Amino acid sequence: MTGRRTVMQVFLWPLVLALVTLCGLLSALLGDGVWDVLSWCLLAVPVAVCAVFASGRQDRRTHPER
Amino acid sequence: MSRARAESTGTRMQRWRWLHTWSSLVCTVFMLVLCVTGLPLVFSHEIRHLTQTVIEAPALPVATPRASLDRVVETARGFHPALVPLYLFAEEDEPALWTVKMDTRPDTDESAARFVVIDARTALPLGEPRFDDGFMSVMYRLHVDLFAGLAGKLFLGLMGVLLLVALVSGVVLYVPFMRKLAFGTVRRERAPRIVWLDLHNMLGIVTVAWALVVGATGVVNTWADLILQAWQREQVTALRAGHADATAPVDGASLQAAADVVLAAFPDKAVSTIAFPGTLLSTPAHFTFMLRGNTPLTSKLVEPVLVDPLTSQIIDAAPRPWYATALLLSQPLHFGDYGALPLKVLWAALDAITIVVLWSGVVLWWRKRRAAKAADRAATRVAESPA
Repeated sequence: MTGRRTVMQVFLWPLVLALVTLCGLLSALLGDGVWDVLSWCLLAVPVAVCAVFASGRQDRRTHPER
Repeated sequence: MSRARAESTGTRMQRWRWLHTWSSLVCTVFMLVLCVTGLPLVFSHEIRHLTQTVIEAPALPVATPRASLDRVVETARGFHPALVPLYLFAEEDEPALWTVKMDTRPDTDESAARFVVIDARTALPLGEPRFDDGFMSVMYRLHVDLFAGLAGKLFLGLMGVLLLVALVSGVVLYVPFMRKLAFGTVRRERAPRIVWLDLHNMLGIVTVAWALVVGATGVVNTWADLILQAWQREQVTALRAGHADATAPVDGASLQAAADVVLAAFPDKAVSTIAFPGTLLSTPAHFTFMLRGNTPLTSKLVEPVLVDPLTSQIIDAAPRPWYATALLLSQPLHFGDYGALPLKVLWAALDAITIVVLWSGVVLWWRKRRAAKAADRAATRVAESPA
């Protein structure tokens, strides 16, 4: 098990994902064409992260001993 | 950390836990309804096209001139002789059609309004779209007002505020849970309760930004009627201060003459909605032209232009207040309809994840409650058993 993590460490990835999500939400609002595509790519990130962690694939990669 | 500080942190966390449990429990049933009904609503445009309930404009040469708006209004009045027109809507992707919303009076709550779609080039009626029956209409009403009008909207808005409280308190509670766990950990080898808890935390934190935006914009949308009424009052007040008569009666004024003046003054804009005097989007004595710009953002931020029906003169109205801008921006950010089909698919996926977060929250609460009751019973048995 990892040691006790600080609040900053706990929120590092959630913050990154929140920023990615917000940029995704705004980009399609502010532009068309390539901005729509950017928005799809950015909003696909949280969906993909959920899928990877929920499917347990991440487990095997970071903890190969299991 | 000193012992006293550790204790106060513990009590504080207990308060947050209480807040998270009860704010979510109260709103969960309604949020599940909103998430489930929201799924088909995200695709309502596609579903209407697939089920062929959309009225389409007949193919005519591109250069066919547009009919006078006065003839369009005449056609609408002929189609629903007992009703008066309230609004003319022009969809961005269907410029050849006018959808006219009609009711018995301009100032009803519009819940029993009827529609007629009119060809913008021939001024011929193409049919009456029915938005008030069928599966999608039930989904819409359940999502918007639970069939209870303004009261239902405001109630759902309150539930939305509780959701925001649950989201924020959930983020606070995320810290103690994750002190010793790597981001995204789901401990599959542990008891089912732990697996549910890890899934709830992981899915919740990954989608929290989206949930906050859709939740908050949903709350703002429940206030749409109130915001539009306040905006209308502000405009009427501004007009009265400028000595323009905002309550003069209108009869027999030409809508086309007004439109000509507006489009000449704003050549780079297009008409999104025309509101008749006395409706929610206008003042008692003016036509309001809602103009959309030609960029993605300005096409959402419609700008009202008021026209005196008698003189066909543009009235300088007050600039759009901040709360109206907030409402106009809240609409796309809640509906997810501003980035073509892929954005809608992602919206639906995030919505489905939110359903899992809500459901896992209920499961966790239920299992904890059952475990506590079982422990209670066991304790009672021990206490009652003869020593």
